[in-house]
Amino acid sequence: MRKVTLNQGILKYFLLSILIVSLSSTYAQESEAEESAESTEAAIPGADPAEGKDLFNSLCAACHKPYKDGVGPALHGVTDHRDMEWLYKWIANSQDLIASGDPEAVEIYNEWNKVSMNAFPQLSEEDIDNIISYVEQPKPEPKKKTADTATASADGGGSSGVSNEVIIGALAFILLMLAVILYLVNKTLRKFAAANGVELDIDKNKEARKPIWVAFAENQFLILVTVGVMLIVVTWFGYGALMNIGIDKGYEPIQPIHYSHRIHAGDNQIECKYCHSSARTSKQSGIPSLNACMNCHQQIGEVAEETATEEYSKEFYDEEILKLYDAAGWDPSSQSYTGETKPVKWVRIHNLPDFAYFNHSQHVSVGQIDCQTCHGPVEEMEIMYQDAPLTMGWCIECHRETNVKMEGNEYYEKIHEELAKKYGVEKVTAAQMGAIECGKCHY
Amino acid sequence: MSKFNFILLAVLAFTVLSCADKDGKGAQYFPNMMYSDAYETYGEYDIFYDGQEAKLPVEGSISRGWMPYEYEDNLDGYDAAKADLKNPLDYTEKNMNKGAELFNIYCAICHGAGDGKGTLVQREKILGVPAFDDQGRAITEGSVYHVIRYGLNTMGSYASQLSQEEMWQVNMYVMKLKGDLEGKEQPPFEKEQ
Repeated sequence: MRKVTLNQGILKYFLLSILIVSLSSTYAQESEAEESAESTEAAIPGADPAEGKDLFNSLCAACHKPYKDGVGPALHGVTDHRDMEWLYKWIANSQDLIASGDPEAVEIYNEWNKVSMNAFPQLSEEDIDNIISYVEQPKPEPKKKTADTATASADGGGSSGVSNEVIIGALAFILLMLAVILYLVNKTLRKFAAANGVELDIDKNKEARKPIWVAFAENQFLILVTVGVMLIVVTWFGYGALMNIGIDKGYEPIQPIHYSHRIHAGDNQIECKYCHSSARTSKQSGIPSLNACMNCHQQIGEVAEETATEEYSKEFYDEEILKLYDAAGWDPSSQSYTGETKPVKWVRIHNLPDFAYFNHSQHVSVGQIDCQTCHGPVEEMEIMYQDAPLTMGWCIECHRETNVKMEGNEYYEKIHEELAKKYGVEKVTAAQMGAIECGKCHY
Repeated sequence: MSKFNFILLAVLAFTVLSCADKDGKGAQYFPNMMYSDAYETYGEYDIFYDGQEAKLPVEGSISRGWMPYEYEDNLDGYDAAKADLKNPLDYTEKNMNKGAELFNIYCAICHGAGDGKGTLVQREKILGVPAFDDQGRAITEGSVYHVIRYGLNTMGSYASQLSQEEMWQVNMYVMKLKGDLEGKEQPPFEKEQ
């Protein structure tokens, strides 16, 4: 074993050094790439693409994307077929230009379904130069190198997993070799014995011996112990199996669309109640309507490179967004709804028996309980699973321990005061308010 | 003795297996108490014409707590709402606080504190979110309500997530943020009745 740990240590250092080397090399490559971007920037002399990016993101990006059509056309390459003077006029007030009968302006207006572009009188010609120089930057190559380092680092991080397998494999091989050698040696020695006329003890005693099961059956003590052990084992596993009936803790079904709570609630910090809005106001925390998804995903048609993980690639996530579009009836190419919607058959995870009453709004809005108290670390879950056992004992335990929040509620203040006096406590728990009475949940 | 063990095992196995549930979840002691005959929320049942328990309201019906909204979902409706529509709620601290709470759930993720720099914008997931004091748009109570209710351009409708009263409470807070950005002083709250 000592040898193994030593190996692992060496392996870790080795992987770490690889990681460091590869990281430093990509860093160098990145800085090179930055330099090259700066050198090709001179689409418009003297313009600053960085400032243009800020302006573009705040003013233009609602409708335009640099490399892809949105509500308006993609802007990369616009200087190839329009001159700057025309662009100044168009961006300052496109409607005036169309009204003046400019043929290019009328053509583009008709081509893009007569959607009028906002006027931007606040932009100076310099600002427009900056914006155009930003969109005219060559499309950045997908960051292959960073992806490589990502895998390398993941290998480094998961080295224990990979190297363990290798070590176990090597050990198994050695064991096999030893067994083969032992067999061969034994065989050779027997041959020698036979050749030299030596009679082995083993062969002599063979017939005189009792079969092992008869010996076992005759030993009452051994039988008693065996039966005892078997009884304990059966009781142990039987009890465990029976206690698990009706408990679905850890239930993690495959959903029709791979929705990652980790990305939405974790990385992007979207409030739970943004999507699960009915948890505030109703008994049920409803499944969010696709309308809530499309509030953002109308604009977000693909995930960023950084969103992809070891396990799930960018292509995989993009495919899942297409499933959403299909269900919501959104046509990304024409940027409009087709009206053909399909319900998504989400698989329900948390389900209380019908004889138990549970009200979300009572806990979320009145009780101010965090969603995570019952649903676990949802913001870390790539795939949603049931975190709590949802048993009655689990409910009761929380009701016994949780103090009722009554600040700023005049109705409760009086009750709180009287109950606190009655029980001789400072804070009243939910249980003392009557939250463990049978009829509160079962009626 | 071992015969008894065998019988015990068989009984246990039978108990566990016979209760196993078909949808891949764990076993139930009394499946008919866990899953009653009543239609479950979002359930799938043949009796409904499209197989779904979840139904859209009948066309023309008005939900409780809602009033008909006379402005249409187009540019004319937007202009009319912008000019005429006023917040029916009392200008109270309670409404404002509720509005702020809801704003932080539903709006701040993109709009930030009204400056158009919410988390999603900072992470460059959603772009082109204007500030509330944008001169070109010059938002009013009416236009904000119209946009929350119907959505505009890339912003979707929030009528499924907020009730009518809540939309007006959010609206109140939006106008406060706009005033803050423009450096205006907020009027004092009305007394609650």
